[in-house]
Amino acid sequence: MKKKIAMYWGAGCGGCDVSLLGIHEKLLDLLDDIEIVFWPCATDFKYEDLEKMPDKSIDVAFYNGAIRTEENEKIAKLLRKKAKVLVAYGSCASEGCVIGLANLYDKKQIFNVVYLQNETTKNEDKVLPKEHTNDLELPEFLPHLKTLEQVVKVDAVIPGCPPPRPVLEEALEALLQGKTNFGKEVALCDECPRKDSKPEKIEIERFYRWHEKEDNGDCFLAQGMICMGPATLAGCQGECISANIPCTGCMGPTPKVKDQGAAMLSAIASLLGDIDEEKEEEIMNSIRDMIGTFYKYRAAKLLPEGRLKDES
Amino acid sequence: MKVSIDPITRLEGHGKIEIFLDKDGNVEKAYMQVPELRGFEMFCRGRKAEDMPIITARICGVCPEAHHMAAAKALDAAFNVEPPETAKKLRELLYNAYIFYDHCLHLYYLGGIDVLLGDVSKEERNVIGLIKKFGVEIGKEVIKHRRYAMEIVKMLGGREIHPVSAIPGGVSKGINEEERGEILEKAKSCIEFGKKSMEIFKEVFNSKRWNELLGLDSLQTYYMGLVDKNNHVNYYDGDIRIVSPDGKEVAKIKPRDILNYIEEHVEEWSYVKFPYLKEIGWKGFVDGKDSGIYRVGPLARLNVADGMNTSQAMKEFEEFRKDGVVHETFGYYQARLIEMLNAAERMYDLANDNAITGSDIRNMPNEPGEGIGVIEAARGVLIHHYKLDDNGLVKEANMIVATTNNNAAINMSVANAARKVIKNGKVNDILLNKVESAFRCYDPCLACASHSLGDTPIVADIYWKGKLYKRLKKNV
Repeated sequence: MKKKIAMYWGAGCGGCDVSLLGIHEKLLDLLDDIEIVFWPCATDFKYEDLEKMPDKSIDVAFYNGAIRTEENEKIAKLLRKKAKVLVAYGSCASEGCVIGLANLYDKKQIFNVVYLQNETTKNEDKVLPKEHTNDLELPEFLPHLKTLEQVVKVDAVIPGCPPPRPVLEEALEALLQGKTNFGKEVALCDECPRKDSKPEKIEIERFYRWHEKEDNGDCFLAQGMICMGPATLAGCQGECISANIPCTGCMGPTPKVKDQGAAMLSAIASLLGDIDEEKEEEIMNSIRDMIGTFYKYRAAKLLPEGRLKDES
Repeated sequence: MKVSIDPITRLEGHGKIEIFLDKDGNVEKAYMQVPELRGFEMFCRGRKAEDMPIITARICGVCPEAHHMAAAKALDAAFNVEPPETAKKLRELLYNAYIFYDHCLHLYYLGGIDVLLGDVSKEERNVIGLIKKFGVEIGKEVIKHRRYAMEIVKMLGGREIHPVSAIPGGVSKGINEEERGEILEKAKSCIEFGKKSMEIFKEVFNSKRWNELLGLDSLQTYYMGLVDKNNHVNYYDGDIRIVSPDGKEVAKIKPRDILNYIEEHVEEWSYVKFPYLKEIGWKGFVDGKDSGIYRVGPLARLNVADGMNTSQAMKEFEEFRKDGVVHETFGYYQARLIEMLNAAERMYDLANDNAITGSDIRNMPNEPGEGIGVIEAARGVLIHHYKLDDNGLVKEANMIVATTNNNAAINMSVANAARKVIKNGKVNDILLNKVESAFRCYDPCLACASHSLGDTPIVADIYWKGKLYKRLKKNV
């Protein structure tokens, strides 16, 4: 019997949906083994169709995107009910991704910036979107962004923004065989094309940003540029690094550590070695936007609403 | 009574359609709402400038190259640095590969299903249904050529989705002769596929059914798009040209001046704003010369341009525009096909240019300031505007995306199509899909449109006598 599969997007960019199409010819082969019962991006089944399905009738449901509105939350719960296995697909669902940075601000600030102070917006009557107008409704914009596991139980995670092809192909194969454990456990440095030049110690005056320094082809950390490789799960084969851009950490942490940013900071401390405190402070101060640097994809896990117990 | 289509499907992002019927069961009004918002303008503040091409790519995973490149161009301007010739060509090459695969996605996986399959049941209306009807060989061709273009994106940008290579002042990676050869081979094959696609769709364009689709909606709006120095369509760079509903140029401006020409209107029932031409003004959801509503995207680009920059696409352009400006909303499909062919030809031409393998690929940035970057996303004009502080951190960011530019027009097209197909209260899955097919012409990307705040889905509710009568989630 064909496995019944669903794919849904919460608050996301659609890149996860495209990544599923991005296994290209393999998708054709896969269609011999699966039946797609719900996938708004690519098929015409509606919420009503999903509601009608018996509980636990979907073999594997993939949820990509984060929980940003009432509606995202509702569908997450509905899919949990309808699916045997629920998978957090990609960075938004599992980590909150860059849009988790919105948790640094509250809803009022966000509305003000977008609808009132925005330079091109002409809004003399100060109209703001509302959940209920005369005859139309909008789902509530929740006070904070949440990850999928902050709302429902999640059985497996496919990391990445979006999941890189090799990671995804391995995960799909495992899931269709009924396994929920898959993927690597080591850090990106392990498979990095520049790993031969990774230093034990670095001697720098300050950290550089990649737009302000010529790249010499060595390990970015050896050049004094922040690369999230040591704190980031392997699997992408260093795609960004092969385009000469340091890793920004979209795969999330390795299973051994929960806090990717803290892991990176400790990697930096060990690279800097035993130097005097004043100098260390000066070097660390040269890192701009700590949250955007170390928690670019995980801010949702740092902030009160989304804070994980074991990360407090 | 109100009919809801929730969520609208075969598009990127969340949306719902609400259709209101009068006492006789005919359409009184209809809306397409976007129930989503993510807040990029807010949380981009405080980020490092060089992170913007990476962060804003996440506005949309269907068109990440568009945001990536618009961000890089805004940073070129903000750091007052001009990329070397090779870097510009590499960016444009990556960009044409993107236009090709994004159009391919729409034509064969999303909206194009409405055109190619016609009135079939919802179970059939998807790419699997398409493969069943047209055969697995066509399916394989589609998949292969999308893959080719995405592999070119990866070769130049590091990744198939969310590429990383565009940086202020240029690109981080060049190509060698071997890579160039591979691109030429793939581009050649893509050109043939572009021609084949034109043939496949033209069979429909020459059928009676096509006239019915063209008749669903036509809007006399202004049009906006980028043109090169010959007034030919260019996706990566150029001047912004605006033409009136009768096809006359009303403005041709530098991208940096665009914000003097447009304003955005807010409605309380949508998270997505409604831009319009400032000088003409917001007159509500009406078309015509006196309304500031404009359209962007393939149809708009071909309406503002005098031609295409490649030979085979030019021939198709001449046929398409032989009677002047095209206002039928389904004209977006033919325009999209012409652009897909053009993007393939342009990939070939750029890869054929000896400058493409040059090693001078970046210039170092100067002091940070303010910059605007404008680019043509597959679905239309995309604007990124940043103000940087002395440390090169973002003080303010504003993004006006393609689908937002089309927001007012999309709402009108949906309402017009609903009026045409829903009569005397008769509603079913096939008819509602016709209503949806009107918005799909625009290939809307509601993830893009909802970058500002939250999360918006599309449903269609039917209201009768002021009360919710039926919530139609697309299948009645």
